[in-house]
Amino acid sequence: MSGPVIPKFGEGSSCVRGDHTFCPGWVRDHWNDTLGPALVQHIELTAIAVGIGFVLAFVLALVAHRLRVLEQPFGIFSALLYTIPSLALFQLLVPFTGLTVTTVEIALVSYTLVILFPNIVAGLRSAPPDVLEAARGMGLTQRQLLTRVELPMAVPAIIGGLRIAVVSTISIATIAAFLLPQGLGYPIFVALKEPTPFKTEIYSAGALAVGLAITCDLALVALRRVLVPWNRV
Amino acid sequence: MTLADAANLHTFVDAGRFVGDHPGFLATKALEQLELSGAALALALVVALPVGVVLGHLHRGSSVAIGTSIVGRALPSLVLIAAFLTILGIGFVNNMVALAVLATGPILTNSFEGVAGVDRDAVEAARGMGMTGRQILRRVELPLSIPLVFTGIRVAAVTVVATAPIAAIAGGGGLGDIIVNQASYRLAGVLGASLCVMALSAAVFVCLLGLQIAVTPRGLRRTTLGDDPARKELT
Repeated sequence: MSGPVIPKFGEGSSCVRGDHTFCPGWVRDHWNDTLGPALVQHIELTAIAVGIGFVLAFVLALVAHRLRVLEQPFGIFSALLYTIPSLALFQLLVPFTGLTVTTVEIALVSYTLVILFPNIVAGLRSAPPDVLEAARGMGLTQRQLLTRVELPMAVPAIIGGLRIAVVSTISIATIAAFLLPQGLGYPIFVALKEPTPFKTEIYSAGALAVGLAITCDLALVALRRVLVPWNRV
Repeated sequence: MTLADAANLHTFVDAGRFVGDHPGFLATKALEQLELSGAALALALVVALPVGVVLGHLHRGSSVAIGTSIVGRALPSLVLIAAFLTILGIGFVNNMVALAVLATGPILTNSFEGVAGVDRDAVEAARGMGMTGRQILRRVELPLSIPLVFTGIRVAAVTVVATAPIAAIAGGGGLGDIIVNQASYRLAGVLGASLCVMALSAAVFVCLLGLQIAVTPRGLRRTTLGDDPARKELT
């Protein structure tokens, strides 16, 4: 990806030099060196953050479901994290992990954890008491109760949490461009550093970020239809 | 303590020193940020609050109210700020509008849910007592919906204050000016300003929480901190 050194106005078509509202030609020419890689990096940043965040949240939720000691400390942690702006959190991690992907992922994972944990706990507790009684009466062990009753009933809440987590992470990952030349935020960052902001780059990268978020959200809605056919919304 | 730990500690000590050495400068920048945030929040309130309350009162347009917050969450703040910059030019107005768009989602959704979710029995009883629609809204639905409506406003306010530093990239000023300018202020300044941003959004959160508890009718205080349908948008 090229740095912000050479303004894009000196090269390219008259559309690009004149910074018209949108130049499809620029998008075609720079898909391979700018937009495509940024999109792939953005998906990677998001997938890693949501993946790790989900595993951590799931394990913590299983613990919290049985022993109710975890919730209060977690509530304090999440209330604190909610008020830390992502840009500040990224910067405060820099002295520890440097200008690296690790820094970005620590921040992104923390945010997904805070979104997913309460959703998964609420989902696990959503099984009605008489259903649990009936399952116990049928002789299900604690483990069977979890895998056959509580987890299936938690799927809608878990997917609901995932939808918020994925969309939020895609949004916050654009801020990573303040630290790293990565993700869809970076082309926007570069375009803003031009003497006059380069519109086509801002609109195309922005549209990709929004499109990615909407696509992921729709995919999760579809996943929910497949996994929970008895409970359609 | 390893060498790396010592270096980290040192960086944070420097950041603390930066804050101690430039209290006036940081306060000016913080005020700038609050001014931008306040203007954005005011704009969002003027637009979104009446729409949400009226739609909630009429029990109409739930897809609009809820859809706004879903679309709002899918719009990254950086994209919004950059896009409005290309339309409205660099400076205060473009940032105010971009941040106001971010604030619209939680305010609209919560005011809709708050008013529409008021207990049907309470509304029916009021109607039975002969209240007009307007009276029901003013005397029954609005007081009962305060916890939810105010939660939306609080979430929007914290979102706006927390996002405002990003606006520095589009001439928004405020503490973000320091954070995006490591060349001038070095890491100590960037970290110092980041700590101030954190303190500022925490302060806004606490103040609004206090205000929320103060304006909530006594009988509803227990539920003040309950869940809100539009979860906070992480910025």
